[in-house]
Amino acid sequence: MGIDFISAEFDVVRDDARCTRCRVCEKQCANGVHAYDEKNRRMTADETKCVNCQRCVAFCPTRAIKIVRNPNTFRDNANWTASVVNEIYKQASKPGVLLSSMGAPKNLPVYFDRILINASQVTNPPIDPLREPMETRVFLGKKPEKIRRRPDGRLDCALEPQLELALPILFSGMSYGSVSYNVHKALATAARETGTLYNTGEGGLHKDFYAYGANTIVQVASGRFGVHKDYLEAGAAIEIKMGQGAKPGIGGHLTGAKVSGDVSATRMIPEGSDAISPAPHHDIYSIEDLRQLVYSLKEATAYKKPVIVKVAAVHNIAAIASGIARSGADIIAIDGYRGGTGAAPTRIRDNVGIPIELALAAVDQRLRDEGIRNNVSLIVSGSIRTAADVVKAVALGADACAIGTAALLAMGCRLCRSCHTGKCNWGIATQDPALVARLNPDIAARRLINLLTAWNREIKELMGGMGINSIEALRGNRLMLRGVGLNEKELEILGIAHAGE
Amino acid sequence: MKIDASLYTHRALNDLLRSRTDETSVENCLGLRFIGSGLSHGTVLIDGVPGNALGAYLDGAKIIVNGNAQDAVGDTMNKGEIIIRGNVGDAAGYAMRGGEIYVEKNAGYRVGIHMKAYKNNRPALIIGGRAGSFLGEYQAGGFIIVLGLNDDGMPIVGNFPCTGMHGGKMFLRSDCRDVFFPEQVTARPAGAEDMAEIKPYLEKFCDAFHYNPSFIENAPFTVVTPDTQNPYKQMYVAN
Ligand code: SF4
Ligand code: SF4
Repeated sequence: MGIDFISAEFDVVRDDARCTRCRVCEKQCANGVHAYDEKNRRMTADETKCVNCQRCVAFCPTRAIKIVRNPNTFRDNANWTASVVNEIYKQASKPGVLLSSMGAPKNLPVYFDRILINASQVTNPPIDPLREPMETRVFLGKKPEKIRRRPDGRLDCALEPQLELALPILFSGMSYGSVSYNVHKALATAARETGTLYNTGEGGLHKDFYAYGANTIVQVASGRFGVHKDYLEAGAAIEIKMGQGAKPGIGGHLTGAKVSGDVSATRMIPEGSDAISPAPHHDIYSIEDLRQLVYSLKEATAYKKPVIVKVAAVHNIAAIASGIARSGADIIAIDGYRGGTGAAPTRIRDNVGIPIELALAAVDQRLRDEGIRNNVSLIVSGSIRTAADVVKAVALGADACAIGTAALLAMGCRLCRSCHTGKCNWGIATQDPALVARLNPDIAARRLINLLTAWNREIKELMGGMGINSIEALRGNRLMLRGVGLNEKELEILGIAHAGE
Repeated sequence: MKIDASLYTHRALNDLLRSRTDETSVENCLGLRFIGSGLSHGTVLIDGVPGNALGAYLDGAKIIVNGNAQDAVGDTMNKGEIIIRGNVGDAAGYAMRGGEIYVEKNAGYRVGIHMKAYKNNRPALIIGGRAGSFLGEYQAGGFIIVLGLNDDGMPIVGNFPCTGMHGGKMFLRSDCRDVFFPEQVTARPAGAEDMAEIKPYLEKFCDAFHYNPSFIENAPFTVVTPDTQNPYKQMYVAN
C-alpha cells in the first residue's frame, strides 16, 4: 500500500452463484491467490498475486472463474505506458535488474505474418499429399561440395556425420533446472516417437534420459555444467551454446535455490550453489578459438557426431555465421529476437537482437554468396509458432526449425510469463515436486506428438499446394514467398518480391 | 611404444592413443593440438610442445609433458592427471571438475576459470611459478594452488584474481600484501587445517619436479575463499 503499491494487472472475477466452495482453485494456485473465508463461507481472492496462468479457470468444475484485465488504469499516455511506469516503481523500491521470462512481448513487426506463400494454378499442378508421397525428412550436417570418386571409379559415399530428422522440426534447448524432469521426459519421448531430437539445454543430462541419446542434442555452454565424456557420447549431436535469442550477450544464471537434488546431480555442482554461465566462453575470443572448441569436441567423440554452434541473431549475424561455417561446425543454430527463456533481464530481452526472419535471410544469402552454404545446415528458432512459419523459414533458407515455446504450450503452458518465479502452476518451469507432479509426462508427450504430426501434415499440404513434393526443393526457394506491407529494404533483406510482383 | 608426432594428424594420433592401454611416448611434438581429448586410460609421455587443448575432457588418463604446453590444457577435465614440466598458456583447467594438473613453471591468463567440484570430484590445479590475470574467475569448487617459485621478480598473480568466485579454495604461497582481491571473497593466512588439505598435492608437486617439501611448506600461504555460494542474489527484481 502507499507509494510502493502497484495495482494488480488482472482481476479475479468469481460468479458467486456458480461457486460451490469446493476450494479446487485454492489448491491449484501456487501463488496463493484464492483463499476460503470460513466465517462468511465464501471464496476470496488476492488479485495482486495473480499472474493469469489460467490454472484455476481450467480446473474450476463449475466454470465460475474469469481472469480479466484490471480496468484500473493510469491516465493514458502512449509514451509512458503502464508497464514502463510500473517498472520504474519496482526499481525505485528495490535497486535490481528487472527479470522477465518467455519471449519479448513487444509489439515489433513479426515478418512471418507479412509473408505469404505461393500456390500452383493451371500450369505446374499442385500435388495432393493424401494421394502422393511427400518428403519432409531432412538431414542436417555438412554436405559434399561435389561428387567424389574413389580410385576404382566408384562413387565415394562417405559423408560427414548427419542428423536424420523425420520432419524439419526439433525441440529447442531447455535445461533441466529451468524446466522440470517431467518436461524433459515428455520431450525425449516425443522426439523418439516422431523421429526428431530434443535438446538438453545447458543443464546436463539426467541419468534416466541417457536411453534417449539417439534423439538428444547435448549442449556445451560456457559454464560446462554436466559436461563429461559420457554426456558428450550420449547425444546424437553436440551443441556449443554461444548465445540465445532472448538474451544475446548475457550468460545464464540459475539461482542456488533451484539447484537441489537431481538438478545438482545433473549439472554436477553442489546443492545450493549458483549455476553461473558466464556471458562469454572465456576460452573463445575468436573464430579460431571457436574452431578449437569444435575440434576438441570432435576429437573427444571420435568425429562421430555433428557439432552445432548456437548463436543469437544479432546485427552482424551474416558475418558471424560465415565465420562459424568456416570453424568446422556442421550446423549453425540461430535464435531470433523473439526467442523464449526461463529468465532474462527484461531490458536485454526486449531490446537486444534482431528478428529471426531477417537474420535467416541474411545468413543464407551470405553463405551462398561465399560458396559455403553446404558447409553447414541451418536451424532457426525464436519464434516459430505454426507450420506456416516452418514453411516460410525453410523457403527463406532454413534446413530445420526448433520450437521451444510452442512445445511448452502443447504441454499446457499458458504463457503467463512468470517462469522466473519457479512457481509454474502447470508443472513446467518449476522444481517444486508437488507442481512437477501436475504434468503427466505421458499425456504431455502425446500432445507434443499430436502437435508435430499435425504440423507435418500442414507442411505437406502447403508444399503440395506449391507443387513441391520434397522439403529439399523448398529450402531457399524464395520465389515461393511474397511480402505484404513491407518496404523495399525489408524485401531486399528477405530476398523476396512484394505481393503482386 | 614410441610415436613420432610429426607423422600424425591429431585425429590419427588420438585414434591410436584410444586404442592403447599402457604407456605411449609421443616424440617430436611441435604444436599438435587436441592430444588426449577425452582419453580415459593409459599414460602419454610427450616430448616437445603439444598444441592447444591438450587433455580436454580428460577422463582418467595420465599425460606428462617434457616441455611447455599451450592454451586450454585440461579444458573441462573430469578425471586423470596432467603434469607439465614447463609453462602453460592461457585458460588451463577451464571448468575442470576433477583430476589434477601440475605445472612446474608459470601459467598464462584466465587459468582455472570456472573450476568446479562435485561430490568426490575435487579438481586441483597446482602452478609452481606465477599465474597471469583473471586467475580463478568464477571459481565454483576445487583447489587452485600457486607457489610463486618463479625467479623473474614478477608478482605471484596478475590482476583481478577470484572475480565472481563462489566456491572452492585458492592458495597462494605469499602473504599477498600486493594482491588486490574483489569484495566477495575473504583472503587470510592459511592455518594448519588449510595446509593439511593441500598437503597431498604439494607432496605430489615436489615429487614430480624434485622440490623439498619443507622448503615449499615453510613459507606463508594465503588462502582465499568466497563469502557466498550465491554472489548475485540481490541483483534482480521480478518483473
Ligand atoms: S474452483 Fe470454482 S467452484 Fe471451486 S471454489 Fe474455486 S471458484 Fe468456487
Ligand atoms: S512455463 Fe509455466 S510459468 Fe512459464 S509461461 Fe508457461 S505457464 Fe507460465
